[in-house]
Amino acid sequence: MIYFDNSATTLIEPTVLKTYQKVSQDFFGNPSSLHHLGDQAQQILNSARQQIAQIINCQTDEIYFTSGGSEGDNWVIKGTALEKRQFGNHIITTNVEHPAVSNAVHQLEKLGFEVTYVPVDKSGHINPQDVQAAIRPETILVSIMAVNNEVGAIQPIKSVAKILQDYPNIHFHVDAVQTVGKDLAAQIQDPRIDFMTFSGHKFHGPRGVGFIYAKNGRRIAPLINGGGQEDNRRSGTENTPAIVAMARALRLATQDQVAQAKLQNHLRQMLYQHLQNLDNAVVFSQLDTSFAPHILCFALRGVRGETIVHAFEQEDIYISTTSACSSRKGVEPITLAAMHVPDQLATSAVRVSLDANNTISEMQQFIKALDKIYQHFQVLN
Amino acid sequence: MNYTEIMIRYGELSTKGKNRRSFIDRLHGNVAKVLQNFPQLRIHPKRDRMHINLNGADAQDVMKRLQVVFGIQNYSPSIRIAKDLEEIKKTALQMVQEQYQEGKTFKISTKRADHDFIYDTNQINLAVGDYVSDHLPEIKAEMRHPDIKIQIEIRFDGAYLSSQTYQGAGGLPVGTAGKAGLMLSGGIDSPVAGYLAMKRGVEVEMIHFYSPPYTSEHALQKAQDLTVKLAKYAGHIQFIQVPFTEIQETIKQQVPEGYLMTVQRRFMLRLTDLITKKRGGLAIFNGESVGQVASQTLESMAAINDVTNTPIIRPVATMDKTEIIKIAEEIDTFDLSIKPFEDCCTIFAPTRPKTKPTIAKAREYESQLDVDGLIEHALSGIKVMNITPFDHFLEQENQEIESLL
Repeated sequence: MIYFDNSATTLIEPTVLKTYQKVSQDFFGNPSSLHHLGDQAQQILNSARQQIAQIINCQTDEIYFTSGGSEGDNWVIKGTALEKRQFGNHIITTNVEHPAVSNAVHQLEKLGFEVTYVPVDKSGHINPQDVQAAIRPETILVSIMAVNNEVGAIQPIKSVAKILQDYPNIHFHVDAVQTVGKDLAAQIQDPRIDFMTFSGHKFHGPRGVGFIYAKNGRRIAPLINGGGQEDNRRSGTENTPAIVAMARALRLATQDQVAQAKLQNHLRQMLYQHLQNLDNAVVFSQLDTSFAPHILCFALRGVRGETIVHAFEQEDIYISTTSACSSRKGVEPITLAAMHVPDQLATSAVRVSLDANNTISEMQQFIKALDKIYQHFQVLN
Repeated sequence: MNYTEIMIRYGELSTKGKNRRSFIDRLHGNVAKVLQNFPQLRIHPKRDRMHINLNGADAQDVMKRLQVVFGIQNYSPSIRIAKDLEEIKKTALQMVQEQYQEGKTFKISTKRADHDFIYDTNQINLAVGDYVSDHLPEIKAEMRHPDIKIQIEIRFDGAYLSSQTYQGAGGLPVGTAGKAGLMLSGGIDSPVAGYLAMKRGVEVEMIHFYSPPYTSEHALQKAQDLTVKLAKYAGHIQFIQVPFTEIQETIKQQVPEGYLMTVQRRFMLRLTDLITKKRGGLAIFNGESVGQVASQTLESMAAINDVTNTPIIRPVATMDKTEIIKIAEEIDTFDLSIKPFEDCCTIFAPTRPKTKPTIAKAREYESQLDVDGLIEHALSGIKVMNITPFDHFLEQENQEIESLL
């Protein structure tokens, strides 16, 4: 099997699963319990939080655990809306966000919030000046993804951060779900960022767990009220095994990330260069540093994306149409539409998303299979 | 350098006259205990020195263990070669080269146990010195304060060369001064007192008062982990856990608040005294420091001390807190000591303890209690445990957590 759909989800790392199992059994106490079992669970939870904070390069009390990327996005967006309602009702985001962001702001629109969707150019990037132009006195939140999940475009987060330095009251949220282990911290992280969202299963952690970074001093209203866990901001008995497993997965995913990102970029180059030789292939991702090293989006003219996915599946190779979340619903790819790719071509798009586990020989096999599939459909067309 | 043996020089032992033999035997035993994980070693205790034949073990590893053994003044790794002058010259040069930097001076110093060896000490010094000078023309010989000193010993079984001497822990071998009980709370002071007791050759046994449910398992584990830290100086330490809940509850009910602490301490001292005597101990050590807290004023000490005439030795009595902390950091007990678990001293601490209790009052309040019954009951519940430097209590969990993350 060749698995090239790592932006959809990743395979849980075996020792991470072991940790999950061990913590479930040996640290099963409720971290809020006063007795020894509770102490133990609290201790391991603290250690996990500490480890994550260290890797993300922030304070331990700036990490909050969630159920994953969607909750993180929803929490920061709606939590800001609730918390800062009296200061304004305007939100700025882009028109290529993950549905966890775009649908959260749609819901707020129905409640009377106003949203500006900043467009992207034909390479999939926003122009920071558009963000500047959209800012109003009543703007309370700017939410921009770091790496686009469909084409891999890295948004100019630092330029936006620079602009927002003049507007210290606006919350700046970055959906960083696609960035872990890709050696992108230097390009993305900025002290002006107030919130970042992460998801465990995108870096070989378990499902159902994630975390947000929330800068000290920035408040968002809780969405889940209850027993006051997570410093009263996100109630619910802590998912200790998943959290600890995620902390381990994060360590493993980041410890050799420089070399690993380089290799993924190399594999991506191999495919990119090969696609240049195929007359009817169109590549939407570019090789320069404004694209993440692990995502390549391309189309074969005249063949529907889902057909290509299934054709590869017959070769035991797994890729996806642009985003796993929209692929089953048959809606057209959001990002490609925003990039003004014609519908006909956009529905032909597929996404290859790589990971540290992938090898050169896998890419060679992929290219071989691609040639076969390409030939096959050339004859039919 | 592939060292073949380590030579140990004794500390104050040399002055101990007729007891010398027993001191050396004890040191031999203590050295053997810290080196128990190196079965290939052969230890030869001699009158003036101890020789450890490495038999292939790593000299650095062995020396690291020796650092904590009291009674060792210093030690040198040495290399045994054939009694052949050419061989001696070559090895000596190699040793000098290992340490040589521009401007450094050297000296060759030879001793002969084997007087049948064909060269005498002066001849050897000259021959080897010349050889070194020939190969390192810039190096200067210096007899009084050389930077590099190569010691050559011609013994019957070979020539021994050494050049480096490391400071040992000093003091006296643990056990040579007899046995005593140490009142170990879990704070900063008592482990330091224990360390200083061991440094003077005392074999200490830890006596820890445990008051569940007022104190948690963690407080007990912390005291046990502190014992682990100290066990490396003795090889192993007996840890005696004394149930104290019933006594504390009784005192709380029947003694006026101002004397709670004094009476409690008197009970602790009585128990320590009885346990120590029963186990063959001759004295009691504790971490009291004059004036540090209410129970450590001279008046308090007198009122508490009233229950026994066994010598009570307070190694940190006159030290400032900063001095005590410095030692605690050196012996690596400080970080553990400051972990915030309730111990038996803090939980029943009265808000306004008497800083000047009187012996008469303390006796009077106590007379209403069934002292003997309470003591006997506590003694029947003691638990004794042997703790080695390789045990883990609190830290066991930390290690597990680390391995999972």
